[in-house]
Amino acid sequence: MSAVTATRTWVRICAIGDLEVERGRAALHGDVQVALFLLRDGTVHAVSNRDPYSSAQVISRGIVGTKGDAPTVASPMYKQVFDLRTGSCLEAHGKDPRPLQVWPVARRGDDIYLRWEE
Amino acid sequence: MSDILSPLRERIVVVGAGMVAHRFLESLLTRTDADLDVTLIGEEGRHPYDRVGLTGFFGGRGDDELTLDPVHIDTDPRVRFLPGDPVRRIDRAERQVVTQSGEVVGYDRLVLATGSYAARLAVDGFSLPGCFVYRTLGDVAGLQAFVETRSRELGRPLTGHVIGGGLLGLEAAGALQQLGVEATVVQSSDRLMSAQLDLPAGTALARLIEARGIRVRTGALTTLLTPDRSGSVAALEFRDGSHAAADVVVFTVGVRPRDELARSAGLTCDPRGGVVIDERCDTDDPAVMAIGEVASFGGMAVGLVAPGYAMAEVAATRILGGEATFDGYDLSTKLKLTGVDVASFGDAFAETPGALDVVYADPAAGVYKKLVLSDDAKTLLGGILVGDASAYGSLRPLLGTALGADPAAFLLPEGGVELPGGDLPDEAIVCSCSAVTAGRIRHAVHEEGCTDAGGVKACTKAGATCGSCVVAVGKIVGRELGKMGKTVSHALCEHFDLSRRQLFDAVRVSGLTTFSAVIERFGRGRGCDVCKPALASILAVLTGTHVLDGENATLQDTNDHVMANMQKDGTYSVVPRMPGGEVTPDGLITIGEIARDFALYTKITGGQRVDMFGARLEQLPDIWRRLVDAGFESGHAYGKSLRTVKSCVGSTWCRYGVLDSVGMAVRLELRYRGLRAPHKLKLGVSGCARECAEARSKDVGVIATEKGWNMYVGGNGGYSPRHAELLAEGLDDDGLITAIDRYFMYYIRTADRLQRTAPWIQELEGGLDELRAVIFDDSLGICADLDAAMAGHVEGYEDEWAATLADPEKLRRFESFVNAPTTPDPSLAYVAERGQVRPATEDERRSEAVLIASTTLAVRR
Ligand code: SRM
Ligand SMILES: Cc1cc2nc3c(=O)[nH]c(=O)nc-3n(C[C@H](O)[C@H](O)[C@H](O)COP(=O)(O)OP(=O)(O)OC[C@H]3O[C@@H](n4cnc5c(N)ncnc54)[C@H](O)[C@@H]3O)c2cc1C
Ligand code: SF4
Ligand code: FES
Repeated sequence: MSAVTATRTWVRICAIGDLEVERGRAALHGDVQVALFLLRDGTVHAVSNRDPYSSAQVISRGIVGTKGDAPTVASPMYKQVFDLRTGSCLEAHGKDPRPLQVWPVARRGDDIYLRWEE
Repeated sequence: MSDILSPLRERIVVVGAGMVAHRFLESLLTRTDADLDVTLIGEEGRHPYDRVGLTGFFGGRGDDELTLDPVHIDTDPRVRFLPGDPVRRIDRAERQVVTQSGEVVGYDRLVLATGSYAARLAVDGFSLPGCFVYRTLGDVAGLQAFVETRSRELGRPLTGHVIGGGLLGLEAAGALQQLGVEATVVQSSDRLMSAQLDLPAGTALARLIEARGIRVRTGALTTLLTPDRSGSVAALEFRDGSHAAADVVVFTVGVRPRDELARSAGLTCDPRGGVVIDERCDTDDPAVMAIGEVASFGGMAVGLVAPGYAMAEVAATRILGGEATFDGYDLSTKLKLTGVDVASFGDAFAETPGALDVVYADPAAGVYKKLVLSDDAKTLLGGILVGDASAYGSLRPLLGTALGADPAAFLLPEGGVELPGGDLPDEAIVCSCSAVTAGRIRHAVHEEGCTDAGGVKACTKAGATCGSCVVAVGKIVGRELGKMGKTVSHALCEHFDLSRRQLFDAVRVSGLTTFSAVIERFGRGRGCDVCKPALASILAVLTGTHVLDGENATLQDTNDHVMANMQKDGTYSVVPRMPGGEVTPDGLITIGEIARDFALYTKITGGQRVDMFGARLEQLPDIWRRLVDAGFESGHAYGKSLRTVKSCVGSTWCRYGVLDSVGMAVRLELRYRGLRAPHKLKLGVSGCARECAEARSKDVGVIATEKGWNMYVGGNGGYSPRHAELLAEGLDDDGLITAIDRYFMYYIRTADRLQRTAPWIQELEGGLDELRAVIFDDSLGICADLDAAMAGHVEGYEDEWAATLADPEKLRRFESFVNAPTTPDPSLAYVAERGQVRPATEDERRSEAVLIASTTLAVRR
């Protein structure tokens, strides 16, 4: 265990009804932008909205799909593909793989929460 | 190191203000902010100008248009320009030059760029009034003035002779002809352009030149010029005793380097002319460099601008402390005379021991082509092209490399270099972004197990940058797999084993209308960024539903996703449609107001309309509401769909126009707007054969003739440019439209994903003849189907943006954040440049001083 304990809180971000299946939405917490994805099976994933290859905040506008068993999003900028569960880069298109940050997501009733460490 | 000296400003003096001096200054000044002290001294009383384009003077290009970018000379405080005051003396001991007016300028570094002077024949009468050389703006202005007054005096058109039948002579003869002078080219040797062409090529060229109304006289040595009573030149006498009348004479008998300053300053010069330099552009005095035509390198001084520019870059780099060397001359040349195609490159005379040549000649068409090959007939050493030099651009880069195919194939008409079954040589660069060669790609297939363009991208980075080489890479992979006996997969991606064409048919026949249904029936998984947009396009054509309707919305690629083009910082550009490039003043004002109110960067696009950049996601509906209210609609700049129909002004205004090209362009653009296709579609309509709309670079090019519209198909700009080919001639308006309808629909049904019409046509079995049979003779019996499909598109068209604005569900997708719907992306930052904004670079963001946050770009309404 580390000596400095980060405070972990669950933050309500939106209602499930605000999301559409396989079409991402961005959310803002403080200055941090999160990309939220609702999949067909009802699960919600939260990854960083910042595309690590272009630095633009656009991941929420990418195409959702699958690669093998992994649910994915392709960055709309240069099309790198990321695993929505882990944030890892599955197709770097000739670049070095760079991951997306991921946040744990919880659903309580109709509300979607992210676990935030500050 | 105790006392700090202020660094001395290096004094650089450039003698000669010609093309090469200009390039040198540009290179030097743009690459350093160092505090230099540069003096440019010119003999001609004007800014450096485009000497290569000198003949344009007769086509109306004035001094201003010929002047090379004057910005450094006029505005860079480090430069002092002394025009019209030639240097008379170099004092190397004192390191200074003295000009005609007596000005003394000291230097630390002297750069000689005095070019050449044009020689005259050393015969009696060479300087009579009416005799000219062809080198400077002064020369051509004098020639023009003389021709005007002299023909007025004589009350008839003039007869003129150009002495010297090289490149320059032919250009000068063309210029005389433009001035209304009946022109003859006199050449002492047995053929035109004897330095570049062999006898059959020179003879073929002479025929082409004569067909343009310029007489050619070879084997004729001029011995005397005689005046008439007025004292002006009137006749030429030749060695065989014959005479010819001549009211005006232009000498184009070669150039001599202007090395007189260097010679009298004791610098080493070549006996045949030119200041001797080494590969670093240094003369034998380390403080003096020479560049351009005045320099002699390896025993040669060459009258071409490209080697001069290369020397200019070397000199600038070295003065800035870098290392660079001049690698020698490339003597390849192409004649710039309109209507006459001539090129010569490499070892055109087959002087390499054992060299072979392959010749193709079609005297009736005035075509002569020759390739020079190494003794094993594999390596390209040089060539000559007369009458059809279209292969020049593709052959020249292959110099010194293996041709990889039957050389004859390169010479056949319209042969091009994309040869059937021909392999690119291993050394040929396929991906220019990452400098990946064909050989490297082959290695990736054979040794590294790559089986598609994606695999090659991962291993070699070919295709990883701009992506324009992906098709070429795919072709090489396909060919190599074929050689290894493996079949090439046409599967769209891991989710579909079908090709796009098969999928199109599958969807059409099954009548399925949603992605989920299609993938459950014909594929697996939940799709990806390859198959989803492809299916979106197929469904758009077959069902005609809105791009953001229901599940469709999740299939759309980056730009269709929000019906705008994503920019590097995640904002968008907005392009309203301007059919045919036509726009009213009020329309322009509206656009200007909107761009101003939303602080958008504006630019005219290459497609004849206005683009507004920097719109944030949540601003798109507000911007479009104003555009739609003003009568604009989506320009589909984002779609794999009809982009623009480019037009020239045509018969309504242009004095040469044959038909109403704008009217037709508008009609076509309104008909095909919104039509989704495997790739984007562009058209062009020109009002006459002058082709100001560049229609032949489009998927469909329409050119007006006296007999009706000519329709060209399969043109492309972009990465592999291709001229469209003639499909049909003399069509009337409706005939043209029916033909385009069928051509587009047939393409949409059968092309591969992201395959434009140009490569589609190249791969079409049976080629253009087959296409004609399908479109005009209904050889497949599908014309009724194709017509109905297009009619469906035209009827079903609605403006995507107007429809979106009317639908609150769709509009919610434009909220910036689900929990802060109108808050702008806080990461955006801009700087001002040339009176507009642009995204800040990483460095600028770090410095923070100059930033404009997106939120402070106030929206005024
Ligand atoms: C805006 C514009 C440049 C400009 O400032 O002039 C432009 C901008 C882009 N072009 Fe282009 N092209 C523009 C005219 C052209 C032209 C000229 C023309 O249309 O006459 C060409 C060559 C002609 C041709 O297409 O054959 C052209 C050939 C390309 C290509 C290469 C296509 C090819 O077949 O090789 C691409 C890449 C692609 O589509 O895959 C491309 C792709 C792009 C993209 C979409 C790249 C991207 O994915 O971000 C650029 C974004 C557009 C935007 O608005 O943000 N653009 N592009 C021009 C918009 C015209 C318009 O009004 O719609
Ligand atoms: C009609 C025409 C068509 C051409 N077409 C082509 C072509 O298609 N392709 C190609 O590669 N090349 C072409 N050329 C050749 C090309 O223009 C030259 O290679 C190029 O201009 C050389 O540049 P430069 O700076 O070395 O010399 P220049 O451009 O001649 O500049 C030298 C300058 O130095 C000045 N000068 C000379 N002595 C002094 C002095 N003592 N003090 C001050 N100033 C001095 C001269 O007045 C001149 O302005 C063409 C030339 C002509 C005339
Ligand atoms: S193509 Fe013809 S009609 Fe159009 S502008 Fe040029 S000359 Fe005029
Ligand atoms: S990525 Fe290959 S040419 Fe640009």
